[in-house]
Amino acid sequence: MAISEVTVRDAELLAIEEVNAAGGVLGKKLEPVVEDGASDWPTFAEKATKLIAQDKVATVFGGWTSASRKAMLPVFEKRKALLWYPVQYEGLESSPYIFYTGATTNQQIVPGLDYLKEKGKKKLFLVGSDYVFPRTANKIIKAYAAANGMEVLGEEYTPLGHTEYSTLVNKIVEAKPDAVFNTLNGDSNVAFFKQLKSTGISADQMPVMSVSVAEEEVRGIGVDNVAGHLVAWNYYQTTDTPANEKFVAAFKAKYGADKVTSDPMEAGYNAVHLWAEAVKKAGSTDVEAVKKAAGGVSLDRPEGKVTIDGDNQHVYKTARIGVVQPDGQIKEVWNSGEPIKPDPYLRTYPWAGGLV
Amino acid sequence: MEGMVNQLPIGLSIGAVLLLIALGLTFTFGQMGVINMAHGEFIMAGAYTAYLLQGVGFLVALPAAFVVAGVMGLILERTLIRRFYGRPLDTLLLTWGVSLMLQQLARDLFGAPNVQVASPAWLRGGAGILPYNRLFILALAAASVLAIWAYMNRTGQGRRMRAVMQNRRLAATSGIDTGRVDQRTFFIGSGLAGVAGVALTLIGPVGPALGTYYIVDAFLVVVAGGLGQLRGAVLAAIGLGLLNSYAEFWSDASLAKVVVLVAIIGFLQIRPQGLFFVRSRALT
Repeated sequence: MAISEVTVRDAELLAIEEVNAAGGVLGKKLEPVVEDGASDWPTFAEKATKLIAQDKVATVFGGWTSASRKAMLPVFEKRKALLWYPVQYEGLESSPYIFYTGATTNQQIVPGLDYLKEKGKKKLFLVGSDYVFPRTANKIIKAYAAANGMEVLGEEYTPLGHTEYSTLVNKIVEAKPDAVFNTLNGDSNVAFFKQLKSTGISADQMPVMSVSVAEEEVRGIGVDNVAGHLVAWNYYQTTDTPANEKFVAAFKAKYGADKVTSDPMEAGYNAVHLWAEAVKKAGSTDVEAVKKAAGGVSLDRPEGKVTIDGDNQHVYKTARIGVVQPDGQIKEVWNSGEPIKPDPYLRTYPWAGGLV
Repeated sequence: MEGMVNQLPIGLSIGAVLLLIALGLTFTFGQMGVINMAHGEFIMAGAYTAYLLQGVGFLVALPAAFVVAGVMGLILERTLIRRFYGRPLDTLLLTWGVSLMLQQLARDLFGAPNVQVASPAWLRGGAGILPYNRLFILALAAASVLAIWAYMNRTGQGRRMRAVMQNRRLAATSGIDTGRVDQRTFFIGSGLAGVAGVALTLIGPVGPALGTYYIVDAFLVVVAGGLGQLRGAVLAAIGLGLLNSYAEFWSDASLAKVVVLVAIIGFLQIRPQGLFFVRSRALT
């Protein structure tokens, strides 16, 4: 398990402990079986098969990259088993055997663009890793820009794991955008922000809006390099709700006071509780019964009210834009006011007509 | 136009990074024929040394990382590689296994997430397109090359190293203890990887996977430059840096990688032994 996947697992184990402490479900305790996808999508499919066929688990929580989800999807559909996927992703998917507890595009990327538009940022430069999530996200961003009088000055992709960003930074400097929209993955963010920072361009002059940089990543990038830049998520460690106070305290008590909580961790943590609630409502762990009962299940979670949309098995989530602070935490500067209905195919957005 | 001019120093600085990561490999691969897949993890060890010595000072980390990575290399050579000389494919598998183990060790010691290594204050900011940290890497690469050149040409140890590189058996019959020379070469080669690791903390991520990002590029430089050839490594690194810089400027990062690979493959068709090689009458 790499970098952030470990912390999602930890958050899910914490949620399982909490469910058990509250008496379990249907009079039984939950028993976790942990498998490692090794950041390798065929392994994810293989381990998912093992969990379903051999361990006969009631449900699976996990997956990280979109590639891992796409690899597991046929496994779950064929065996009619249930997967809870905790990461924000590129949308355009709605499997009957997957529940998506992370944001789809209209709960993260579109609000991020709304925010930039509101701040008068008209000229954008798109930077992403070369795989499915950034390429799909940028298609959506370009459609949005065209419909909203914004201009995309450049669109650049780098291979996964790329660490040499001086040329790319030079291209950005030359294009002089108002803002950069960043869909880089993992370690590339570290190299990108370090090399952008050392050219002396400040976040005030040219903010970078990131959708894969959370509290955990901020530490690795180095707070100095990323402070002042923007991020778009649904949850921050600083989100002010009673449920979050409890979550942060419980997580630190279990794993150490120096640990941080982040959006994907919270989405994984939610998934366990949402599933437990659906099972109670269904009176059974049977997949079809749980699926049927899950629609409309609503809980107060650390990010605020979360409700499962029975139609597409995504959840209603509040979008939040944050600014990275010098202490490594993220301060919310804008939110959508209420949970946004998930729309993975962007059907309710007229400008997105040509995308799907 | 301004961007195009800027790509020249950027290309040179990419070349400097390539040179730093490949310099050590030039000798372990070049002299000893060991395909050391764990070279990347010695770079990683250097980066973590800089992480641990953050309070002490950046310049202290350079020699410290040299020793840490060097000793790791020495241990690897003494305990394992020594028993596999002349079996390049076995060594490749062996060192690859060692590399995976070192990555896991780093994960256990420092955690899976990247760690933060703050640049020293005097390396923040910059003049023109090249920030101070890039200029520092250029200077460090130049200093490393100079030091290696002096070692090879001005010291007895260095001369023995060259003798072994040029003809191992003849050197052995002339009374050179080739085993000791191998040890020393491996220590220096691995130590240079550690130095590179410290420099990379200025511009890249510091985590367990660090080595995997650089190992392929390091081998490309060595192969294109010619085994064990200092000037070959320097020219190949600068050439590949510039090619990379302009190819990416005119296309994108993915295509630039393709262009560089195709160029190297094409070049090796014409000169299979790289830019420079030792002319030798030995049969092997």
